[in-house]
Amino acid sequence: MSRQSNRTTDSKKMNAELFTLTYGALVTQLCKDYENDEEVNKQLDKMGYNIGVRLIEDFLARSSVGRCQDFRETADVIAKVAFKMYLGITPSVTNWSPAGDEFSLIMESNPLVDFVELPDNHSSLVYSNLLCGVLRGALEMVQMAVDVKFSQDTLRGDNVTEIRMKFIKRIEENLPAGDE
Amino acid sequence: MADEALFQFLHNEVIQYIYKSSEHGEMENGRCITKLENMGFRVGQGLIERFTKDTARFKDELDVMKFICKDFWTSVFKKQIDNLRTNHQGIYVLQDNKFRLLTQLSAGKQYLEHAPKVRKHNGEKLTCQALFIPVQLSPHKWFSLPLSLQYLAFTCGLVRGGLSNLGVKSIVTAEVSVMPACKFQVMIQKM
Repeated sequence: MSRQSNRTTDSKKMNAELFTLTYGALVTQLCKDYENDEEVNKQLDKMGYNIGVRLIEDFLARSSVGRCQDFRETADVIAKVAFKMYLGITPSVTNWSPAGDEFSLIMESNPLVDFVELPDNHSSLVYSNLLCGVLRGALEMVQMAVDVKFSQDTLRGDNVTEIRMKFIKRIEENLPAGDE
Repeated sequence: MADEALFQFLHNEVIQYIYKSSEHGEMENGRCITKLENMGFRVGQGLIERFTKDTARFKDELDVMKFICKDFWTSVFKKQIDNLRTNHQGIYVLQDNKFRLLTQLSAGKQYLEHAPKVRKHNGEKLTCQALFIPVQLSPHKWFSLPLSLQYLAFTCGLVRGGLSNLGVKSIVTAEVSVMPACKFQVMIQKM
């Protein structure tokens, strides 16, 4: 472990096309394996969740971000630090709900869809649904239950890609989850 | 630029997914490797198209292999292949002493030992078995692949796909002797 700590963050950057294409191969495989798009969306979300719960550790270890005071700060960290670090983009945070428990991440470009065109028969496929799972999983590990979904997608003809995030509740710590 | 961690986690999930779907019984275990390999193949095809956009035409097969070892490997895994050997009859062995996708696994023998041995010597102890995937090579021959090979199948495909788009038809296999080093063997199929 100590051997790795002196690696700079720069050396962790890698070819984005590899990631994009691998993701594409995965979605293709899922579309082959499942008959309807809803199932594919669900599977992508599940896989994203698995990634998220691991990714948060990597993120907390490498960024010096502490606990967020409120949801606004969370939004900022997600957009300006996490997205920048992992996907190299900085989405803008807008459309706050009056209660401050809901906001949108607007992405001008989405690195996951660089070489993608959706065929007509996959109209309800949410191609980048993995991202929702990642966000949900990661936030759950820092005691935040959040609802994440795509509300606009450039793949489906919208001008921008929008991820809507809604804070549900704070997850209590030390829940004796079924163990006596 | 995407982050390395992201790709590694995604790669893990892909493997998990492929193997989980095989548990439901519709698919033989050995086909998982094939499926992973095919996904890698498609990705390799795409990548090589991007990487060779501005390069001059390759002189011969060796030239192509050198490109794979240097530029291709550097773009994908951030290092060159450490050793390239060939018998000049269409077989190339590419050795990577510190393969990126294996560095996260234990560097000991934990994921390496061959399952048949384990089973033969103490037939009762099946605890190690979960780490191995039985693969059917022919109707009567079953082999167990070490866990680490799951982590190589995608890359085998990557290489095969890359070569295929450069006009070289091949079969790519991989083996691990000491973690995290591994060897990829490329057998060129003559047209």
